Amino acid sequence: MINKIIPVVVLTFVALTGASLSIARENVEVVGSSTVYPFATVVAERYGRASGKPTPKIESTGSGGGMKLFCGGVGTNYPDVTNVSRRIKKSEFDKCQKNGVKDIIEVQIGYDGIVIANSIESTPMEISRKDIFLALAAKVPGEKEGELIDNPYSTWKQVNASLPNVAIEVLGPPPTSGTRDAFAELGLEGGCKAFPWIKALKKVNKNEFKSVCHTVREDGRYVEVGENDNLIVQKLKANPSALGVFGFSFLDQNADKVQGSLIESVEPTFESIADKTYPISRPLYFYVKKAHIDVVPGILGYLTEFTSERAWGEDGYLAEKGMIPLPEDIRKTKAASVRALTPMSGKEPLK
Amino acid sequence: MSNSTDNLQKIKSSLKRRSRSESRFRWYGRVAIIIGLAAVLALFVDIISKGHGAFKATYIQVDIHYDGDRLGVTSSADKSQLMQANWDALVKSGLREKFSDVSGRRDKRQLYKLVSNGTGFDLKEHLVANPLLLGETESQWLLADDDIDTYYKSWLDGEPYDARLTKKQIQWIDQLHQQGDIRLQLNTNLLTRGDSREPEQAGIYGAVMGSLLTLLLTLMLSFPIGVAAAIYLEEFATKNKFTDFIEVNINNLAAVPSIIFGLLGLAVFINFFHVPRSVPIMGGLVLTLMTLPTIIITSRAAIKSVPPSIREAALGMGASRYQVVLHHVLPLALPGMLTGAIIGMAQALGETAPLLMIGMVAFIVDIPQGFTDPATVLPVQIFLWADSPERAFIEKTSAAIMVLLSFLLIMNISAVWLRKRLERRW
Repeated sequence: MINKIIPVVVLTFVALTGASLSIARENVEVVGSSTVYPFATVVAERYGRASGKPTPKIESTGSGGGMKLFCGGVGTNYPDVTNVSRRIKKSEFDKCQKNGVKDIIEVQIGYDGIVIANSIESTPMEISRKDIFLALAAKVPGEKEGELIDNPYSTWKQVNASLPNVAIEVLGPPPTSGTRDAFAELGLEGGCKAFPWIKALKKVNKNEFKSVCHTVREDGRYVEVGENDNLIVQKLKANPSALGVFGFSFLDQNADKVQGSLIESVEPTFESIADKTYPISRPLYFYVKKAHIDVVPGILGYLTEFTSERAWGEDGYLAEKGMIPLPEDIRKTKAASVRALTPMSGKEPLK
Repeated sequence: MSNSTDNLQKIKSSLKRRSRSESRFRWYGRVAIIIGLAAVLALFVDIISKGHGAFKATYIQVDIHYDGDRLGVTSSADKSQLMQANWDALVKSGLREKFSDVSGRRDKRQLYKLVSNGTGFDLKEHLVANPLLLGETESQWLLADDDIDTYYKSWLDGEPYDARLTKKQIQWIDQLHQQGDIRLQLNTNLLTRGDSREPEQAGIYGAVMGSLLTLLLTLMLSFPIGVAAAIYLEEFATKNKFTDFIEVNINNLAAVPSIIFGLLGLAVFINFFHVPRSVPIMGGLVLTLMTLPTIIITSRAAIKSVPPSIREAALGMGASRYQVVLHHVLPLALPGMLTGAIIGMAQALGETAPLLMIGMVAFIVDIPQGFTDPATVLPVQIFLWADSPERAFIEKTSAAIMVLLSFLLIMNISAVWLRKRLERRW
């Protein structure tokens, strides 16, 4: 009997695989940033349920990983949309062009704030970006101008006499995370620029400037807790003297456990991030392959749902999930240009 | 003579010490077991205490008037009308009637947030199932929003969590509670729906189906291949350096971290054979690679345990090698092989790392209907929920862990039962 079963199994398998290869994809494939993931998934679900069409599939691969997949080429084996928690880089845009992904539609969807929070049981911190840089950078400026020394600070009071005498202990995301990129760029680099000679370095030697400003100390004062922001919240609750770095939506959801530190006397709130008075916030984007729009039927619907007022508007359901919307006039012009399917010209000032 | 009494004396004096050290040794063993059991108990207590709440959900009773004019629906059989109808309006007017004193746009918005934002779709499905309701009014229990659910449950436990609610909303819930119009009910969504970003609508059925399809394929592929390899290696292959080399490699593969199989799958199946990402076929192929060594090793052990006398007797009766294997060795070794397969499947069921590379760690709402639909699996669902900001997902995560653990328990118990039931001893 067994020698009859084996060929059947083999044949079924070959048939299954063969069938799958020839089927055209109906559902939209989205990859990319774990920061945009919570927002993109809500839109996908709403779109799927309201239209009765297959729900877009969303993978959380990180901003860089998503771009790599997205720029791999054109065709149903490659994703249609990628989410990014920063703007596309020049190098990524060039790679896309090289691989035949010519027309890319850029959609900026809103902002996300990065908060530095501690347990609600301890006193709220009031710090500046300069304090953040001095407390967390691997190397800090020494006595003489132009001199860099290994970070000697072990308490916040040493960094800034007005801060409490508490040991520096910060829990935050690892280097693979987009949150960490943005934190380094907006928080650390922002504080870095408070030193005029380092700021001057940016024009002379960009790489050295970046390595000074973006390198986080590795002597145990900054603890990498993985990509799970819920874990950071739990650890902060258990350890009231520690600070944690994570996205605003987690602060929004756990207001009974953690409180956001004031950065340059601005509290991280919905309003302060939206009007950009809160200094550590970043734009969120997604990119669409124009060539796929005619091939995969759901893309247009997904795009329209994402840029509709009920989704990304001030009272939209994305705001409820913690995304900070764009100003109204910008939303209007962007929505119009997105719906007209205007691709990137390639002349945008990309980094 | 004196020498032997000396010895006897020595033995007697050391006897106490020796029995003490034995009882000490027993206690070490017992303590080790107690530590293990305590760890398991702590895990179970933690998960069950966090997760039991997810099997209940908060519902709010509202009178719903299925007003055809308001909906723009004249016949409940017309699909396009149903698709375009404004279902949320039904919910909103129902809530406004219930709280007739609420006025002002802001307050009304707060009021609408009491119920889940998927309620409109639920009502649509209800009307499709009961077409006669069009134009009628029915009192219905509507699923509450996750913030309300979290608040109501924590309030019942005596430690209300109200940071996500406004004062008015708390007041309304109080009012509902006094009227008996808010209650906890069995959460059917958890076991009948796919994933959702709204915790109150999220379910694990999609992930369970994904796991089933993936495991089915894994079993279909790895069991025949594994058993065939084991039979050949045990019964037909000559022992030489080459077969030794193969054996070392199989044992090695069994200990390789599972993420490596994911990378292999990505390189071979996706990049070379262009199998689509995120589908059960892909997951099944990768998990087959992962479970093959386990199945080969256990199958070989099962074949080895069949006594040689059975083979010799069969050969003596004139059976060919092929007949010996198929008619005698295989049936006797099958229980052991099945146990190995079940243990391998249980391993595959709990695996996430290799699936990460092949795109099965994804947000998928639709329930997979076949091997080529995008799907995710149970442990991945747990991972995704654990990573979500919404607080209500904490209990959902634990509930999904409970479901996964019960599946594992069933599989492992059936492995033990099969062995007990079918095993023959010589």
